[in-house]
Amino acid sequence: MKKLRRKVYMVAGYNTISMGSGRKEFHPKKERPGLEDYIKEAGQGTLKMIGGAQNVDECVIGNFMASRFNRQANLAAFFPYIDEGLRYKPAIRVEGACGTGGLALMSGIKSILAETAEVVLAIGFEVQNTVKAIYCADFLAPAGWAPNRKDGHAYFFPGQFSERAGAYFEKFGRETTRKAFARWYRNAIENARLCPTAQEYHNTTKDLEAAAMVEPNANVFLENLTALDCSKVSDGASAIAIMSEEGLKRCGIPVSGAVEVVGYGQVEEDITKPPIDKTALTTMQKAIENALEFAGITINQVATAEIHDCFTVAGIMAVEALGLAAHGKGPGYVIAGNTARDGKFPINTTGGLVGWGHPTGGTGVHMAVTLWEQLKGKAGAAQIKIPADRPYGLMANMGGDDKTLVSIVFKT
Amino acid sequence: MTYEERLQHVSVLGAAGKMGSGILLLTAVEMADLSLKAVNQGKTFVLNAIDVSDEALAGVMRYLKAQILKIAEKKIVTLRHIYSGRRDLIDNDEIIAQYIFDVMNVVRPTTRLEASYDSNMIFEAIKEDAALKIKIFSEINTKNSKQPWFFTNTSSIPITVLDEGAGIGGRIIGFHFYNPPAVQKLVEVIRSKHTLQEVYEFALAYARSLRKVVVPAHDIAGFIGNGHFMRDILHAASEAEKLTKEISFVEAVYAINKISQDYLVRPMGIFQLIDYVGVDVCSFIMFVMNPYTKDEEIRSSLLDKLMEMGVKGGQYSDGSQKDGILKYEKGKVVAVFDPDKNEYIAISLFQAKVDEKLGAMPAPPAWKTVVGNKAKDDILKPYFGQLKSAASLGAGLARDYAKKSKEIGKHLVSSGVAFNDADVNTVLLTGFFHAYGPINEYLD
Repeated sequence: MKKLRRKVYMVAGYNTISMGSGRKEFHPKKERPGLEDYIKEAGQGTLKMIGGAQNVDECVIGNFMASRFNRQANLAAFFPYIDEGLRYKPAIRVEGACGTGGLALMSGIKSILAETAEVVLAIGFEVQNTVKAIYCADFLAPAGWAPNRKDGHAYFFPGQFSERAGAYFEKFGRETTRKAFARWYRNAIENARLCPTAQEYHNTTKDLEAAAMVEPNANVFLENLTALDCSKVSDGASAIAIMSEEGLKRCGIPVSGAVEVVGYGQVEEDITKPPIDKTALTTMQKAIENALEFAGITINQVATAEIHDCFTVAGIMAVEALGLAAHGKGPGYVIAGNTARDGKFPINTTGGLVGWGHPTGGTGVHMAVTLWEQLKGKAGAAQIKIPADRPYGLMANMGGDDKTLVSIVFKT
Repeated sequence: MTYEERLQHVSVLGAAGKMGSGILLLTAVEMADLSLKAVNQGKTFVLNAIDVSDEALAGVMRYLKAQILKIAEKKIVTLRHIYSGRRDLIDNDEIIAQYIFDVMNVVRPTTRLEASYDSNMIFEAIKEDAALKIKIFSEINTKNSKQPWFFTNTSSIPITVLDEGAGIGGRIIGFHFYNPPAVQKLVEVIRSKHTLQEVYEFALAYARSLRKVVVPAHDIAGFIGNGHFMRDILHAASEAEKLTKEISFVEAVYAINKISQDYLVRPMGIFQLIDYVGVDVCSFIMFVMNPYTKDEEIRSSLLDKLMEMGVKGGQYSDGSQKDGILKYEKGKVVAVFDPDKNEYIAISLFQAKVDEKLGAMPAPPAWKTVVGNKAKDDILKPYFGQLKSAASLGAGLARDYAKKSKEIGKHLVSSGVAFNDADVNTVLLTGFFHAYGPINEYLD
């Protein structure tokens, strides 16, 4: 167990809708809000809850690939657009592929720890529906090592995780594993249906597991995964305020309204190397272990987790990385319903990446927002019970194929 | 000559037309795919896009580019394998752009027929005019030393007439695409009396490669598709005519259009379908078929009259529907043409009255929910069961319409146009997107 040099809190989380296919209001051919609209909505949402821009000392914005999706860089300069009160305040942009949001949180945490700020406004976003999925795959591919792109799958990242799924099938059995994928998908959609901002909020499929059991078709997509095994192409932003006790006081927020950051694990793995073991998220496991150790707790004290299920197979492996099931036992653990909202260890209670959506650069922040909501009883219809003897929530946000990892433990 | 050699030099006549541009697209893609095979490296593939108008050819090149983009996006997984050796092409968009170039690079747009004199095979999709086709075929046949094969897209002229007229000795076959060729899965293949076996075999191989559903038809004017469609039109026109004893012409057209769409569970009403194909095209097909149909008059005075008045239908170049017998707003039928007044009468003015006249009907299932539904029998049987016993005027018209459609289908088989009932049904299901074949037992 380590002790932070001073207490760090998160509060005032805000999520925009995760927009994209699945939402009733989404039409691929109609004009949609731009990235500035998402940034503004999320930023203002949080500012409103903390008494306005004058209370903010620093800002951090996380985004993966606006330079290609939206032909936009220099993103920190959008803070004054959110609110004039942020003009001339320090702001930075961070990037770590799909782990970007987690890095934005870490950046804010470090500003608080460094005492350069008492209040940090952290935003993460991605606006990806500017192109079809096939080009989206191009734009997201730099999350891996560029020289590998040429011989990779047309859908590069889905291709990488399809390979992981294939390896897992071979080692631990295809049928059970696919059943676990289907259960994972069902949980994701059922949770998303309870969260009005979720991309799958409008999903009306009756038999979710049957839909997810349709065989993959390698000719048009992937060998081992179907479209339902993948998170969708999403537009969305999330914002949260990171504060010291001083900051909370300044904003007039009682400590009881915020979650406390009690541990974190920030871990990088070599992007040029293939995974050590295709059937495991080794780096994620390391980040989670570090975070738990930092907090001085075990996974048994955690009430719920938000983990990076960019694909159902990642969800299954994350269950193992969390230490909830031994290597190879993740599928059985999930099939038994343990990760469902009424299970032993509810995971991704508003749908996760598969159900809520995956605006890549925003996902890490979205995880923190969801945990703040759950731990503070603000999750509305999606609220789960947080047992008194398990007052913690844990997030694990992943960039690339198990390369950039941020895990944070929050206490209610 | 192998399949690939045959496809190394091809011409499409009428390449800028509705059918020709689709045939051009499919053939260009097929040829480019062959050219991209490792074994064909260094070989040149040439596809002449021949048409009379430079302007139209410029338009067809734009069409090709847009369509190839869609095709490339769909088959990106395969394309990445095909271009795996091209280390300079990394992102999907680079590969797609290269593929578009490689397909377009096969195509040579030209207004000169002479370009076809070097071709091994000729796709023809020009006007439905036997004399014109014969003239052009014989001209090419004389000037082209390669003994080219002729693939005609005629939907109505007997192939033997073209074969014998142009003196091409069986190097011809009817290869009738449905509109639009790039989308429609159906191809009717019709042999002349003399069609060479190797031409037939090539046609089947080509259709297979294009993933088309082949229905063979005998060489009788109109074949299966138009054989049914034209007679269906005649029935509709005659039913509308009968109704005009009680209601106005526009009301009768509305009634029959509604019956043929909603109550027969078809994708379009018959008068809308005429507009879609073109009043002029339908009228011309009848004109072409009529001389070959003994004891039967394939001619519609209604279509003739509309033609005279310049009511043509058809589509704009963007695929939207031109006004014809019916008037369209955003693709929806809003009015009916009144030849006496020479103007369109809004349906809203008489819809309620006509619907009331048609009387109580069983609620028909929506075409969309039936087509492609594996359990469609479970929907259609009870519906037609109810229709059978319904007493209203509308129900009677719907029953007569369905029975007539079946009778036409049966006639196509008994008169030797189609080989069997199943082929007739396949044509209507695949080529006309009907939810069920006309030869069925729903009303028996």
